[in-house]
Amino acid sequence: MRPNLKISNALADRLFGFAARGAALLTLALLSGIIISLVMGAWPAIREFGIGFLTHNAWDPVREDFGGLAMICGTLATSFIALLIAVPVSFGIALFLTELAPAWLKRPLGTAIELLAAVPSIVYGMWGLMVFGPVLGRYVQQPLQSLLGDVPFLGALVSGPPVGIGILSASIILSIMIIPFIASVMRDVFEVTPPLLKESAYGLGATTWEVVWHVVLPYTKTGVLGGIMLGLGRALGETMAVTFVIGNMNQLNSISLFDPANTITSTLANEFAEAAPGLHQASLIYLGLVLFLITFMVLICSRLLLMRLKKNEGKRV
Amino acid sequence: MKGDRKTTRNARFARRKQFNRIAIALSMCAMLFGMFWLAWILWETISIGVSSLSLSLLTENTPPPDDAIGAGGLSNAIKGSFLMVALATFVGTPIGILTGVYLAEYDPRGKLSGTVRFINDLLLSAPSIIIGLFVYAVIVVRFKEFSGWAGAAALALIVVPIVIRTTENMLALVPAGLREAAYALGAPKWKVITRVTLVAARAGVLTGILLAVARISGETAPLLFTALNNQFWNASLSGPLANLPVTILQFAMSPYENWQQLAWGGVFLITFAVLGLNILARMLSREKLK
Repeated sequence: MRPNLKISNALADRLFGFAARGAALLTLALLSGIIISLVMGAWPAIREFGIGFLTHNAWDPVREDFGGLAMICGTLATSFIALLIAVPVSFGIALFLTELAPAWLKRPLGTAIELLAAVPSIVYGMWGLMVFGPVLGRYVQQPLQSLLGDVPFLGALVSGPPVGIGILSASIILSIMIIPFIASVMRDVFEVTPPLLKESAYGLGATTWEVVWHVVLPYTKTGVLGGIMLGLGRALGETMAVTFVIGNMNQLNSISLFDPANTITSTLANEFAEAAPGLHQASLIYLGLVLFLITFMVLICSRLLLMRLKKNEGKRV
Repeated sequence: MKGDRKTTRNARFARRKQFNRIAIALSMCAMLFGMFWLAWILWETISIGVSSLSLSLLTENTPPPDDAIGAGGLSNAIKGSFLMVALATFVGTPIGILTGVYLAEYDPRGKLSGTVRFINDLLLSAPSIIIGLFVYAVIVVRFKEFSGWAGAAALALIVVPIVIRTTENMLALVPAGLREAAYALGAPKWKVITRVTLVAARAGVLTGILLAVARISGETAPLLFTALNNQFWNASLSGPLANLPVTILQFAMSPYENWQQLAWGGVFLITFAVLGLNILARMLSREKLK
């Protein structure tokens, strides 16, 4: 009986190890599968338009003339504006949670901010379309228009029908969605700043702001940048919330923040299921590939930053 | 001369303090800003959602457009979503846990592990609509039909990286002494993993699974061109399958009042299911820390 048990144990050991290794390899295969299938799907469009697809502004399924410039610009613009809003706010939240909040408030407030990340994106979209958009158009855009309407550059920035759908509402909603990601990374890295550093600064008579700005932030800057990159990656790939409120129009003519536009994700969400197989579908997959590569690069940047952070650990600065 | 310097120093001190006060006030504003959106979204979801809640929401299928308000429900969509989420969790969890075990127990510092970890990060950060594109190209094109299977596959692909990440992190927290004690008693590796380390890390692993379920319950983008949607209930997974997120999208974008009403009901259900799962996961992980 005993040797038998030993054999079965050895066999089980081999099988289990094999299964674990197999699962790891499967994950590896998945990614290559995704890249290969995207390139294959996009191949007709890549052959037809080449790299010029990225700088060509056209989207005409009837004449089969495709170029992704408007969507790529839309994606980059909304993500950029979202970061402009989200980064200072997240910094404020992290500052509040680490330095100012009384201990009993830290946990519930931190959880509440993290719950913002848990709300499904379709809920953000529906709320943005039905509730937030109209409020933005009515109480922000209209006053701004009557205030700045005649100023040359600023007037153009707020032109357009005040329906609350467009680049700015998409950006604001994106910023709300990425604030929890950036804020919780910032809070975590602020918390690992050695108390000795902070206490020395306080001991020299520095104010809270000076401690955070001149001591904590320089100490944690790579981690903070990594958190911002994480948020950027989220914003670039967000689909549903943007599709609801962006307005879905390919245009580059207007610089107005309130004009409808399109992002890569919203174009995919709107057109892909109905696109005819052929060049239209291939062009959409090409767009998806471009998005994937952009998020890939953002991830690499954040990984490199975090690697630098790790390397500096335990080193005298 | 001396008094002069003192007054400038005092003035500077006052200015620094003033600046600090402004910064603190702004930081509190930022906190309020964040809480404000959460409160607003939850308030709208509750106030509009509750009014469209009724028993028929859970028991009847989606109605035709422009029907009487209050008629019909989301039963088919809820069942479809439930089916796909269950299937995706059922398939994705074992793969995720096994890979996590490999990364943490078999080869923590190896080359393959490093690559898998990097790729896992990439999958975690990949836009979910890209996952949908991939499944479309691999499954939908091959079978020439949108299907519940494809939807479940797309969701499973989102579950796997989340479970891998949490499993690996939680296993890494298990003290080495526990493993060594089990080995010293003569236990084979698979038994050490399944009976000791995984058991010690179970709360954390379960938290990861719950978070993954919460995440896919609200995912819409990967279902758009995999499961599509279905106006009716059809228990077969090999055709387009009704599901809650895409139904909400379709109904919210429609001009029909009865559909929009149902969409709000769906948003209410989905928000509270997802937030509930998140809070449950949080409570579980806190218990583990005690």
